[in-house]
Amino acid sequence: MAINGSTLATLKRGQKGIIRAINAADPQVQRLMVLGLVEGTEVQHASSAIGGDPMEFRLFGCGISLRQEHARHFQVAPVGAGD
Amino acid sequence: MTSPNEIRVPANEITVAKRIDASIAVVGNPNSGKSTLFNRLTGLKQRIGNYPGVTVERHIGVLKHENRAVELVDLPGTHSLSAHSLEEHIAVDVIFGRMEGTRTPDGILAVLDATNLYQGLFLVQQLVELGLPTVVALTMTDAAEKGGIQVDTAELSALLGVPVYPVVATTGAGLDMLRRALVGIKDITPPRRVRIWPELAAAAERLAEDSREPLRFAELERLLIDGPTESNRDILGKLSDAARARIDTERAALFEGEPPIARDARIRYTWVRSVLDKVQKSAPAFVTWRSRVTDFLNLPVPGTIGLFVVMAIVFQAVFAWATPIMDAIDASSSALSAAVFQRLGDNAFSSLIADGVIAGVGSVVIFLPQIIILFLFIILLEDSGYLARAAYLMDRAMRSVGLSGQSIIPMISSFACAVPGIMATRVIPNRRDRIATIMAAPFMTCSARLPVYALLIAAFVPATKVGFLNLQGLVLLGLYLFGIVMGVLTALIMRQTALRGPKPPFALMLPEFRRPNLQTVAIQLLGRAKVFLKRAGTVIFAVAVIVWALAYFPRANDIPADLDANTAAAMQMEQSWLGRAGKVVEPVFEPLGWDWRVSSAVIAGFPAREVVIAVLGTVYAVGDDADEGTLSGRLKSATRPDGSKVFTLPMVIGLLIFYACCLQCAATLAIIRRETNSWRWPIFAWAYMTTIGYLGALVAFQLGSA
Repeated sequence: MAINGSTLATLKRGQKGIIRAINAADPQVQRLMVLGLVEGTEVQHASSAIGGDPMEFRLFGCGISLRQEHARHFQVAPVGAGD
Repeated sequence: MTSPNEIRVPANEITVAKRIDASIAVVGNPNSGKSTLFNRLTGLKQRIGNYPGVTVERHIGVLKHENRAVELVDLPGTHSLSAHSLEEHIAVDVIFGRMEGTRTPDGILAVLDATNLYQGLFLVQQLVELGLPTVVALTMTDAAEKGGIQVDTAELSALLGVPVYPVVATTGAGLDMLRRALVGIKDITPPRRVRIWPELAAAAERLAEDSREPLRFAELERLLIDGPTESNRDILGKLSDAARARIDTERAALFEGEPPIARDARIRYTWVRSVLDKVQKSAPAFVTWRSRVTDFLNLPVPGTIGLFVVMAIVFQAVFAWATPIMDAIDASSSALSAAVFQRLGDNAFSSLIADGVIAGVGSVVIFLPQIIILFLFIILLEDSGYLARAAYLMDRAMRSVGLSGQSIIPMISSFACAVPGIMATRVIPNRRDRIATIMAAPFMTCSARLPVYALLIAAFVPATKVGFLNLQGLVLLGLYLFGIVMGVLTALIMRQTALRGPKPPFALMLPEFRRPNLQTVAIQLLGRAKVFLKRAGTVIFAVAVIVWALAYFPRANDIPADLDANTAAAMQMEQSWLGRAGKVVEPVFEPLGWDWRVSSAVIAGFPAREVVIAVLGTVYAVGDDADEGTLSGRLKSATRPDGSKVFTLPMVIGLLIFYACCLQCAATLAIIRRETNSWRWPIFAWAYMTTIGYLGALVAFQLGSA
């Protein structure tokens, strides 16, 4: 499944988005789904390390960090503009 | 199969006075406050052992309440019953009664973090499906309330079909109710199954009809989701051939080409969100100092600077606080040895006690201050949630050498001592990553290398200024950098060759900062200290006694009685097995510019590299006519039979390189054996590092002397 448009990797710092579609073929992406990154869940891009990778996201109050290469597999509908 | 690392703890052995009514598995997400709650409930009445064949610790404790007692088994944290890491596999195997030496739990204590109900309920829902008597402890309710989260416990209990007890483990609020529920867990009716995925339940029921013996639905559901794997081989064996043949068709119909784990996550989290809507009311959280600090430390640059400041403080404390205690241990073991000689006279027995046993025990105990201080910091950082953040900040840098951010703490810790550094690799979930880190860690310049460096640099590197820097300091800095480069190269090469494998997934939970619980910190610290003393201690001690015997026997008979003590000791050393061994291997080390004395000192330094100084001190202490009182003076004037100097600059540089590389530390070897559960890795590490050290010294001496 091809993922186009906004993904977790393109969310700006502070911006929120709702996950709409996931390319779940990669087992590492499936692992992230077990941690709660599934369709319909609202996530916020909280921070990133130097160089923008890995990125930290917040969902329902918990923080989870993932690398950009995995964040690209999550298509999101952005909510608001971020800062 | 019995592994030497394993401590079997049969239930009857921990029964102190009362009969154990039931065995309860304590299950929860990582960081859910599970261990703090477990420690609160069992106190110090717990045993720490290992699961068979692996290095995952097994914590078993007894909970007593109103004249009843139950056994609690603290399982490694897990996110799901579809196991992912080694620790998760163990948790799942214990829950399903597949773990060797552990009986199927009679009930489940599910630990649910009120500040992270989302991931928590995902697991708790799966636990409820097991159909075992289950009690839910809702932890961190105080933190949740501070964060503006209100949980409707009654509604949650009704939706899950199991009792929910809110507790604050740090203050003890609510614990009495929980204790009462746990000791009476067998009276609790097993929960009715919450049917959130009817198709899966139906498929499991169809399989159950065809099984030869009764099987739990939960196990069959897991079998359908995970597919036939090594870990559910038992269940497969209990199915009829017809049922086994049907598994693939059932799975195909159920998942329609979607990855089963993905479908499972999608369905369960949809249910979790619907539960959250009903039980969780969020008020806007007010900004606390803690959230401000978190926000600031989340900025990329301040966060990274903050990490270096934290590590600098830790590093400083390890050296500054440990040194006086280490000096005191050193002084008291010397004093004790002297007292033994005074009492018993100079004979084989007193020498065994003083130079073998006391010095051997001392060489073990001397590591303890650094290990305890370092671990105190690591545990505090881990419990406060900072360790995960450090791994996150350093991930990119570590990835460039084929590791992940989780390797940074073990690597930095190894600058104090590789032993706690290697023990700290337990936080690395990927086995290949973990072993690559273990192989790299001993290259970091540890505190035992420092005295060797200090001696050789002070004696042979001129204290001239290079710009505003001291040349001696520069050489020391160079040796530190050399160790880092060698360690990083080793990790890189290992990840490309023997430990080649897929890049480990990097999904790290980043918990909020929280205050560590002192009881938990103390229990973990004691556990680590015990592990070190028991496992590493036995090996170091044995090797120390062997080296003593090699230096003591056979006794030289022809030493004139009127000879001064120093020369007599040096003659004995030459006569001993150790001295003879030095002479035997001298040709091997001849190309490095070492004479038999240096060779025997290096051999003696095998169990602990700093021993080399003591042995050099003995072999070069020939006669008190030597005008040099200090060891460095004696080394400077040491000559070969032909009158040429032994310690030339190229030879010393080679010796420094040898010490920067070689793995002369029995404690490290013992701990690698323990942590990798095989002799393969310590033997490989020793051979590899010694070879590199030898070649480095060879190149330095041959180029320098040419």
